[in-house]
Amino acid sequence: MSTQTPLAPVGATSLGNSGPVREQRRLPRFAPLGLFLAGVAVGALLSALTGFSVALTVIYGVVLGSLFVYLVSRAVEGRRKAADRLVTSLVTTAFAIAMVPLVSLVYTVLDNGLPRLDGAFFTNSMYRVVGEGGGAYHAILGTVIITALATIISVPIGLLTAIYLTEYGTGRLKKAITFFVDVMTGIPSIVAGLFSYALFTLIFGVSVRMGVMGAVALSVLMIPVVVRSCEEVLKLVPNELREAAYALGVPKWRTVVKVVLRTAIAGLGTGITLSVARVIGETAPLLITVGLITGTNLNPFDGRMATLPVFAYYQLTQPGTATQAFLDRAWTAALVLIILVMALNVVARLITRFFAPKTGR
Amino acid sequence: MAKRIDVSDLDIYYGNFKAVEGVNISIEPRSITALIGPSGCGKSTFLRSLNRMHEVIPGARVEGKVVIDGQDLYGAGVDPVDVRRQIGMVFQRPNPFPTMSIYDNVVAGVRLNSTKMKKSAMDDLVERSLKGANLWNEVKDRLNRPGSGLSGGQQQRLCIARAIAVEPEVLLMDEPCSALDPISTLAIEDLMTELKERFTIVIVTHNMQQAARVSTSTGFFNLNGVGQPGRLIEFNPTEKIFSNPEEKATEDYISGRFG
Ligand SMILES: Nc1ncnc2c1ncn2[C@@H]1O[C@H](COP(=O)(O)OP(=O)(O)OP(=O)(O)O)[C@@H](O)[C@H]1O
Ligand SMILES: [Mg+2]
Repeated sequence: MSTQTPLAPVGATSLGNSGPVREQRRLPRFAPLGLFLAGVAVGALLSALTGFSVALTVIYGVVLGSLFVYLVSRAVEGRRKAADRLVTSLVTTAFAIAMVPLVSLVYTVLDNGLPRLDGAFFTNSMYRVVGEGGGAYHAILGTVIITALATIISVPIGLLTAIYLTEYGTGRLKKAITFFVDVMTGIPSIVAGLFSYALFTLIFGVSVRMGVMGAVALSVLMIPVVVRSCEEVLKLVPNELREAAYALGVPKWRTVVKVVLRTAIAGLGTGITLSVARVIGETAPLLITVGLITGTNLNPFDGRMATLPVFAYYQLTQPGTATQAFLDRAWTAALVLIILVMALNVVARLITRFFAPKTGR
Repeated sequence: MAKRIDVSDLDIYYGNFKAVEGVNISIEPRSITALIGPSGCGKSTFLRSLNRMHEVIPGARVEGKVVIDGQDLYGAGVDPVDVRRQIGMVFQRPNPFPTMSIYDNVVAGVRLNSTKMKKSAMDDLVERSLKGANLWNEVKDRLNRPGSGLSGGQQQRLCIARAIAVEPEVLLMDEPCSALDPISTLAIEDLMTELKERFTIVIVTHNMQQAARVSTSTGFFNLNGVGQPGRLIEFNPTEKIFSNPEEKATEDYISGRFG
């Protein structure tokens, strides 16, 4: 013990600026924010000189604010810290700008949609409604039915394709499938609608309208998304797990079903849910295949059906005499659609939470 | 239960690349055979060809004969799945199934094959296998916790328990101790010595002392240069390999005068 050089406590060295650990002078906690806001205020003044405008205020404000923060920080804290502060303020600004449209959209939809978000909206259809009142009961159910049908068509095809691509496919066929899936990802939604329209016209003759036509059109859009997301998730399953199963004498198909799919199930569920969210708001393909009715039709194999996006579209473009009532319903339909998509995202998160492999002792 | 393995003129390929060439070896039942040799000389490749795990890799193939108790593993009409049921394998990196509990990991071979088994029989199997793998005392109170929550050494022993739970006749181990501390390593070596009574064991190791401690015979693999196939240089009883090997290359490698 006595041979050890006594170590000075760390605090002691940092007090006198002589030791290896130099004391760092730092700005008070809220100083950067204050400086930035001061910059924004000066920016507002500047833009007021040339006739006030929000855009100019933001531009001047961000530039001046970042500059203030940088200069003060540089004077007080040194170069490295100043660069850090500069980048922090730029990144935060970029984030804030990215949030603007989102917040604005949510606000507008809530503002305009909430007035009609009442019981009647969920229980009434538009049957014999020409003015106020009415609701989207038929359209909500229509959207749910058609999207569910699209999911029933797309998930088996998409998931099996993804399994083929990751577990079985080799050579040309695999390359070809990957290529065509990529091409399908880029198909405009109206083309998917026309495809389904043409297909059913070929089979059932002209002017056929069915909910399932819309489901087929949506599947065309959904399948590539399901394939892509499932493929990525399946690729993440470590090869060692497959080999571990093989080494136990488990046949390949059982390995795929019980090890690969089981391990990846959280990701698969999330991917599929998000791909549902991707198509649930499609308007164009439903417009030309499913059309719209005012009454309730819950049979997707017979006649037109109402869906939320198309409902909103017609409320907006063809208001009757009571314009405001139609506008309100359009906004509320949009709001309900957003709520549906958000609910799907929540479901996706829950799936991840519940099925993800658990670790911990 | 244990079986003898006869390998003759085995060439192993990855696509067009010949990784291992001309292996002739006879592995006695109820023995531990150690395979040593420099990195990249084809020990893992050879080991994986013994239970047809090699062909899982796209483009990989094998020429030659591997005969286990008179049956050619690569004969026409032999199902690789059946082969792997008889010849278990423990990998270099522990790979328990992350979605399964410790209990389920041990009975994975039974469960994944949907073999019907009574709950009590299964409990027995779990206890027996975990005891066999020297892990029972550490995990008996948390059999339903996830297997990935164990330490690396415990996970490796869990994988050994999983492999012996399906009662294979041969057990192949690819550097099972390379990620383990000396205590876990000793535990696994003791375990191998116990398992030798029931299984034929082939182990790949970089640890010369380990080979000397546990094995009855040792095979030395080497390769002449980069891109050349690996070969089995010498295969002899362990005492002979470590006291007076026949080949100069073996002696150089063992005494550390390699490369
Ligand atoms: N999946 C593969 N595809 C192509 N070549 C491979 C593959 N795996 C191994 N090889 C090649 O085969 C040769 C033997 O590899 P192997 O893994 O059997 O070596 P090893 O003796 O086990 O080495 P180590 O002691 O480092 O584990 C090496 O040249 C390696 O590059
Ligand atoms: Mg190896």
